[in-house]
Amino acid sequence: MTAYILRRLLQTAVVILLLSYFCYLLMTLMPGDPVDEMIMANPEITSADIDRLRALHGLDQPVWVRYWNWASSIASGDLGYSRTYRVPVTDILGPRLLNTFVLAGAALLVAVIVAIPLGVWAALRKNSTADYVINLFAFAGISVPSFWIAIVLILVFAVYIPIFPAGGTGSIAFDMTPWESFVDRLKYLVLPVLSLSFLSIGTYVRYTRAAMLESMGNDYIRTARAKGLGWPRIYLMHGFRNALIPLITVTALSFSTLFSGAIITETVFAYQGVGQLVFESIQSNDFNVAMVAFMISVSMVLLMNLIADLLYGVADPRISYA
Amino acid sequence: MPESPPQEAVVKVENLQTTFHTRIGPVRAVDGVSYAIGKGETLGIVGESGCGKSVTAFSLMRLIEPPGEVTGGAVWLGQENILEASETRMRELRGSRMAIIFQEPMTAFNPVLTIGYQMDEQISRHLGVSRQESRERAIDMLSLVGIPSPRERYANYPHQLSGGMRQRAMIAMALSCDPEFLIADEPTTALDVTIQGQILELIQSLQERLSMAVQFITHDLGVISEISDRVLVMYAGRTCEVAPTEILMSAPRHPYTSALIRSIPKFGQRVSRLPAIEGSVPSLYELPSGCAFQNRCPNAGQRCRDSHPPLTEMASGHQVACFHPVDR
Repeated sequence: MTAYILRRLLQTAVVILLLSYFCYLLMTLMPGDPVDEMIMANPEITSADIDRLRALHGLDQPVWVRYWNWASSIASGDLGYSRTYRVPVTDILGPRLLNTFVLAGAALLVAVIVAIPLGVWAALRKNSTADYVINLFAFAGISVPSFWIAIVLILVFAVYIPIFPAGGTGSIAFDMTPWESFVDRLKYLVLPVLSLSFLSIGTYVRYTRAAMLESMGNDYIRTARAKGLGWPRIYLMHGFRNALIPLITVTALSFSTLFSGAIITETVFAYQGVGQLVFESIQSNDFNVAMVAFMISVSMVLLMNLIADLLYGVADPRISYA
Repeated sequence: MPESPPQEAVVKVENLQTTFHTRIGPVRAVDGVSYAIGKGETLGIVGESGCGKSVTAFSLMRLIEPPGEVTGGAVWLGQENILEASETRMRELRGSRMAIIFQEPMTAFNPVLTIGYQMDEQISRHLGVSRQESRERAIDMLSLVGIPSPRERYANYPHQLSGGMRQRAMIAMALSCDPEFLIADEPTTALDVTIQGQILELIQSLQERLSMAVQFITHDLGVISEISDRVLVMYAGRTCEVAPTEILMSAPRHPYTSALIRSIPKFGQRVSRLPAIEGSVPSLYELPSGCAFQNRCPNAGQRCRDSHPPLTEMASGHQVACFHPVDR
């Protein structure tokens, strides 16, 4: 088991390294570099100045040399400096990461708590009215674009019935007790969480329903019935216990996509998260911020993959990593 | 109506009818089957795939699911007609007074729970004993069915056991609450021949020991002749012939039974081609009026096409549903 985890971590590290080079290449393919921004900001700049600035920032070097410089400073713990915010990347990224983590985590939690019972219910009442209604909503959740649901939520719960703020991450106030500021943060979280979870609820409902139907069709369900067990035990210990195996993978993997995919939701709600930061930094050629954020997204996907595989082994005794 | 069973019947099936409501229309998978099984007796039920033998078993356990439904008859377990019992009552009976062993030991166990957990579930459900007691009982049962090192096997998951061992564990689980009636639904079909023999012997010895009534379902006449006291031959959902095993094997009266027995290869006999029954089983959707076997029967006459032959007593305990039984 330990050997397996170590081997997987090593593989993960190699993949992250390769992907970091690839991301770096993609960034250099973008039109413009930081010096272009300086040119636009200062019309009196001379071409000698430009060359000097390029050399100063190392932008005249070949890509692989620049990559090497970047990677070695990252490896030494220096994440660089944000040109837009004029602070170290760590200072700007840290709080943003935490915000997104809270948003994505809460959305995942809500989605799982709502979707799994609905999916199980739909499977057990297959082809009933309840099943059709649940499926209708699931497909709506899958098909509706995320900005639309976000705007509808703002209209309903911030404009017509103003009970939640329309956007932002927290109120600007200095005289709040820790409890008040916690409640305040929660208020700002409700709408983005609802809008983000609405999208994944549909997917989870469909997955849960399918997994549960598959599990309930197995021979061991018949055995459980022939043993005289009651329905709750048959549904939970035999049906759902087996349906859980595919669900673990789906949930763990989608956590990483929630993480990087919250850009639209964060933008609509002006929520100070990573998604929004990445979007801004790409637009403004803020290389260092974008690269670190990319690397975090990549690592999240790979890490969640690893966690999914490990959980899989816990849920299914037939799989062993010895 | 069924003849009086040899001893007091543990289970008595009267005119059982099970119907599947399909899109094309209702299909009678089991149509008017009656039999009784006494204490310590084994009734073999033989027939081709789809003749209704497994559906009969599931009907008895009330495990038929929609679109299927038991549409008529009675199943007496002791003094109780279980077709009229509530679902709650059925849950009390299943696994305790009546148990079933399935065909596929590979898939009949839940793969993510240990053998022990799955046995405990049943034992504590029906006997209401403590965890420790149910564990001891489960381990005793595992050793009773000849599983080596039962303590370790108790903690194993199904995939850690071989097919034969899994079927033994299945038998141990089925018998864990002392059922008086056991249904074995092709319990050896999925196993290889050497294991088959062991499992048959095991079921036989356990039956003698626990004096259960056993309904043994198979399509293998060789197996049935080894294990059962009486045999019931089914064809297209109906009974063709019921007889004590030796009589059925040596002097079958129904043309179908007779053809079935002729098609078993005999030891030491050289034939260029085994006799087979011409034609195929009619689809249950388009059963002919009259005898279902008429299209494959050498003896069939006009009467067979017009009406269905009733089950008639030919000799004591030997009933045949045929207008033109085979003469010996």
